[in-house]
Amino acid sequence: MDITKLTVHEIQEKLKSKELTITQITKAYVENIENKEKDVQAFITPLKKEALKQAEEIQKKVEKKEITNSLAGIPIGIKDNICTKGLKTTCASKMLENFVAPYDATVMEKINNENMINLGKLNMDEFAMGGSTEYSYFQKTRNPWDLNRVPGGSSGGSAAAVAANMVPWALGSDTGGSIRQPASFCGVVGLKPTYGLVSRYGLVAFASSLDQIGPITKDVQDSAILLNVIAGHDEKDTTSVKKEKIDYTKALKNDVKGLKIGIPKEYFGEGINAEVKQSLEEAIETYKKLGATVEEFSLNIADYALATYYIIACAEASSNLGRFDGIRYGYRAENYENLKELYRNSRSEGFGPEVKRRIILGTYVLSSGYYDAYYKKAQQVRTLVKEEFDKAFEKYDVLLTPTAPTVAFEIGTRSNNPLEMYLADICTVSVNIAGLPAISIPCGIDSQGMPIGMQLIGNKFQEETILNSAYTYEQNCRVRDVSKSDKMSH
Amino acid sequence: MKVSREELLHIAKLANLNLKEEEIDTYLIHLQDILNFANIVNSAPVDGLNEAIGANDTYNVFRKDEVKVFENNEALLQNAPEKERNMFKIPKVIQ
Repeated sequence: MDITKLTVHEIQEKLKSKELTITQITKAYVENIENKEKDVQAFITPLKKEALKQAEEIQKKVEKKEITNSLAGIPIGIKDNICTKGLKTTCASKMLENFVAPYDATVMEKINNENMINLGKLNMDEFAMGGSTEYSYFQKTRNPWDLNRVPGGSSGGSAAAVAANMVPWALGSDTGGSIRQPASFCGVVGLKPTYGLVSRYGLVAFASSLDQIGPITKDVQDSAILLNVIAGHDEKDTTSVKKEKIDYTKALKNDVKGLKIGIPKEYFGEGINAEVKQSLEEAIETYKKLGATVEEFSLNIADYALATYYIIACAEASSNLGRFDGIRYGYRAENYENLKELYRNSRSEGFGPEVKRRIILGTYVLSSGYYDAYYKKAQQVRTLVKEEFDKAFEKYDVLLTPTAPTVAFEIGTRSNNPLEMYLADICTVSVNIAGLPAISIPCGIDSQGMPIGMQLIGNKFQEETILNSAYTYEQNCRVRDVSKSDKMSH
Repeated sequence: MKVSREELLHIAKLANLNLKEEEIDTYLIHLQDILNFANIVNSAPVDGLNEAIGANDTYNVFRKDEVKVFENNEALLQNAPEKERNMFKIPKVIQ
């Protein structure tokens, strides 16, 4: 048995039946990292030794019954923009190359309270700005399905590590698709929760009104389990919402009879790859067979939402990244004559090209003379997008779209054309603009052998509905079993 | 809207960024491309719609104004590029 191919719920069963020990599990993952990391390059800071030591300690405590929770000793990987106390948190930037977080993000406290084991900090696009993980300062992560292709981004390290079985699951963050698109490109499951469901405290801010942390997992059940761990109100994040605690695994009923699925036809038009479209159409047929009602409708906001996204996200980023000035933390330039120069030189040398591009765009749309034409307009469009989704959810329980217009593309083919890279986010960004939950699950494999992702969008705080819809499809189609053949086995 | 070189330099100054000669040319092209696309928001049917500042309804969140001491000053200072005793050090600002 290859331990690293198991889902977390399968590992849990084997721990319970004492078929496996915590140390065995961690060891298996560490070995896998050693074998595959040279090819995949998913980690910025691997924690192999630390993980093995922690596994032994937790194993002992479990044997003495000092720890009894069922996630104790389960390893995890963490995107490197989530603060981990005493460990480097780099955001894949030269700016934070040596930054050691003085505190844990709230999600990390929750992970640690479960006695889970951190296998390492995972690669990403610098400050989560990008869709291919090519904008990491450190390295380009490769797609385990085809090492010449990108894993998607910005949580590309997280998705690639899960797909290559180097971690059983991981945390990512999603501002405009950064969990769902890499999940789609790597054939795994990625969930972006409703804005406010998961605390952002300790997530290095990119665009505060859009960012959410979420799980990247091998299957839907694991997604529900990890969401159970990280969801919940936090007084340290004023945008986190007070809600009764839900056990999301209870929503997985393997039944979609009577479910009303809306298909926004604009998301299947021009620009969507033919094979992606075909695979989605087959998925729609599957849902019909399973008893869901499916209806096409018009949701004509995609282009507006995409433009609005880049205006709002960059505006917020230009403000959020103002804190990096070379004084309290982060990179400081060697040469400067005065304080102003220290700021400017440190920022100019510490930030990479895409981050600077977005800061400039954000500063532009907020600057006097352009604020009304861009930022204010974008905020109005945001209301429009929310209202259009509200209307859609009066009629439907779930909206179904592709996660991305194409499968994973080849490394180096898009990184020189920022607008083209931005346009690839067309299917995912409107969800962040409206603050909705959405999940990406694998729904097929194209003729090149690359995974295709399907996105299911729910109304606010309706994670249970999209999780059950995804689960039911997964149980009946078993795309993962095909993909389990694991291209990365050596 | 056409972005001029002077405008780009002004924006870079506001953002506390230096731009090299070759960066100016590339950023001008990229910024223009992106703004041309972003301009579509000006044709969106938004007459009479409010501006949304976030995804959810906005409301004030209050808590008691109590001092909570963060004990680990060391951890905060360890990331400072330059420090003296328990202070961040910066270049002289008063001539």
